Amino acid sequence: MRFAFTDDQLALRDAVRDLLAKECPPSEVAEAWTNATGRTTRAWEALRAMGVLDALVPEADGGLGLTVLDLVLVCEEAGRVALPEPLVEHAVVAAPVVGAGRESLTALVGAMSFVAYADTADAVLVQDDDRLLLVPAPALVLEPEPSVDHARRVFTLDWSASDAAVEVGASVACAEAIDRATLGRAAYLLGLAQHLLDATVEYASTRHQFGAPIGSFQAIKHKLADVRIALEFARPLVYRAASSIVVGDPAASVHVSMGAAQSIDAALCAARHALQCHGAIGYSYEHDLHHWMKRVWTLARAGGDASWHRERVARAILDRT
Amino acid sequence: MDLTWGPAEEAFRAEARDWLAANVPAEPLPSGDTREGFARHLEWERRLFDARWAVVSWPQRYGGRDASLWEWCIFEEEYYRAGAPQRVTQNGIFLLGPTLFAFGTPAQQDRFLPKMASGEETWCQGWSEPDAGSDLAGIRSTAVRDDAASGWRLSGQKTWTTRGAFCTHLFGLFRSDPSAERHRGLTYFLVPLDTPGVTVRGFGRLDGDEGFAEVFLDEAFVSDDMILGELHEGWRVAMATTGSERGLTLRSPGRFTATADRLVELWRNLGEDASDPGLRHQVVQAVIDAEAYRLQTLATVTALTDGASPGAESSLTKVFWSELDVRLHEIALALLGTAAELEDNGWAKGHQFALSGPIYAGTNEIQRNVIAERVLGLPRR
Repeated sequence: MRFAFTDDQLALRDAVRDLLAKECPPSEVAEAWTNATGRTTRAWEALRAMGVLDALVPEADGGLGLTVLDLVLVCEEAGRVALPEPLVEHAVVAAPVVGAGRESLTALVGAMSFVAYADTADAVLVQDDDRLLLVPAPALVLEPEPSVDHARRVFTLDWSASDAAVEVGASVACAEAIDRATLGRAAYLLGLAQHLLDATVEYASTRHQFGAPIGSFQAIKHKLADVRIALEFARPLVYRAASSIVVGDPAASVHVSMGAAQSIDAALCAARHALQCHGAIGYSYEHDLHHWMKRVWTLARAGGDASWHRERVARAILDRT
Repeated sequence: MDLTWGPAEEAFRAEARDWLAANVPAEPLPSGDTREGFARHLEWERRLFDARWAVVSWPQRYGGRDASLWEWCIFEEEYYRAGAPQRVTQNGIFLLGPTLFAFGTPAQQDRFLPKMASGEETWCQGWSEPDAGSDLAGIRSTAVRDDAASGWRLSGQKTWTTRGAFCTHLFGLFRSDPSAERHRGLTYFLVPLDTPGVTVRGFGRLDGDEGFAEVFLDEAFVSDDMILGELHEGWRVAMATTGSERGLTLRSPGRFTATADRLVELWRNLGEDASDPGLRHQVVQAVIDAEAYRLQTLATVTALTDGASPGAESSLTKVFWSELDVRLHEIALALLGTAAELEDNGWAKGHQFALSGPIYAGTNEIQRNVIAERVLGLPRR
């Protein structure tokens, strides 16, 4: 029994954290809100250069041969900076099915209704019943759907008229891809929540009212303590889910949904309390707090909300005979 | 990361499970918070001790098994899964015991630990006073030096002392230097309750059991060797005990995963008739939370095994398990419907006990202050 990451896993996390601090500062996220692609200028290529995008592809096939246990912390780091890139869709969901060396992949699997960053993808991994299809960019019929998060460009997708779609992956690949997508989103939400907490602690420590930092008042302290508690008891479920996927635990899907439900609730709690503790400053469009909040609101529902995941757990643990 | 148990741990689990299956009383014992029930529970403690299950993590010479933290977790899981009796010795073995290991002299350890483990001597906690609850540093009970007798005279009143009317000993904080500031000048004393000058009066808790007591001390004499740790350093010694009370040792995950299992069973029996369709997801969320607490403990034990020391993070744990315990019972009562009002419905007593969780061991409001200031680094007032 050992419930901790290895030094290598932590080193990869730290390297990605350093990379993203440089390539995806808050100004990059703000830029993505209004630019043509909704994406960053350099972060994607920097992640590719580090090998992150194809990390789950076996070494023999041009990847790093890593597992989701290695990438779960990477996704968390991406969430901390609200990275506006299809990192989960490409690196965690599609590349292990499609293979290494693709420019930019995205995915539409599980309970997702919209596909993110599809207009800048060279192919989309699509679920068709229990099969996975790869639809190349020229065959995609995309309808933009404005998200409340303007740096998350999402689309409805029609590939039915195309005969360019090809089936990829084995029969179990579909369920596994859905689990990986859910896990990646859950980790991303943990990172978003951590940033919202950190930013609010910093703000509450410096903002003075009534002659004292507002963070010295219990009304603020207790809200932020609740966010810290929610994160403390969400992370282990997400990390365990990653481990269950890697070892092929028969309950992996249930573990993934447990982690998803808990991280969604934690992130929504973080977003709500972050706004309230920032007050009117946080409600201002010029302040960048909303970039993180809106990413939480979108990811908390993209692919099954907390109730959807609780129901998946319910069917496994309440209904069995 | 390896979330599987090794062969040695599985063997330990099997041994614990087999012994518990053969020895746990078939009928639940009367409440350990009554005089009769307390005595019955001490008989059970003696059986645990004789089979060396009373204090598994303690050294063998004091009746333990030198068990690792992992084995301790496993034993606790099996203990609650087996529906074994409540531990009326818990304030001794889980709170004072670890403090004695950390601060006691060898003579004190030899004198107190074996009888604590066997239940021959039972300990209650003498911290709260009528005017010192959450504000524990406001303690007024005094320790006055008696040079002639080489000891101290203790005076004052302790209250809300759990099982104080049934225990033989009290550990508590007394103001030994009245000129010092609040947190200083306190000393940690070990006090036999049959000391002349000590009067104990039991009184009812929320559920009516005589589980509370107030302890009056009128110049009760204790010798120098009944001081735990250094003179006037009682606050530091006591905080070591609150670490175990809030964190790992008092409320193991096994307690809540077992309650969550019972809740799932209740759902399977009554869920279809539940008036509130939302209860289905409340049951699931409680199971997820119990699992989260189990996994968070595994992460904590890994860190402790790697050499980390427990800190203010134990406040995160205390808030979480105490509020989870309340939720588990509230959901059960909602499922029970009209039967929720009946005392013998299997959940009512547990519900009332769970409600004490957010209050004892430092209220959850105090814990949230600790989290905000010492974990998050928010400014003190």
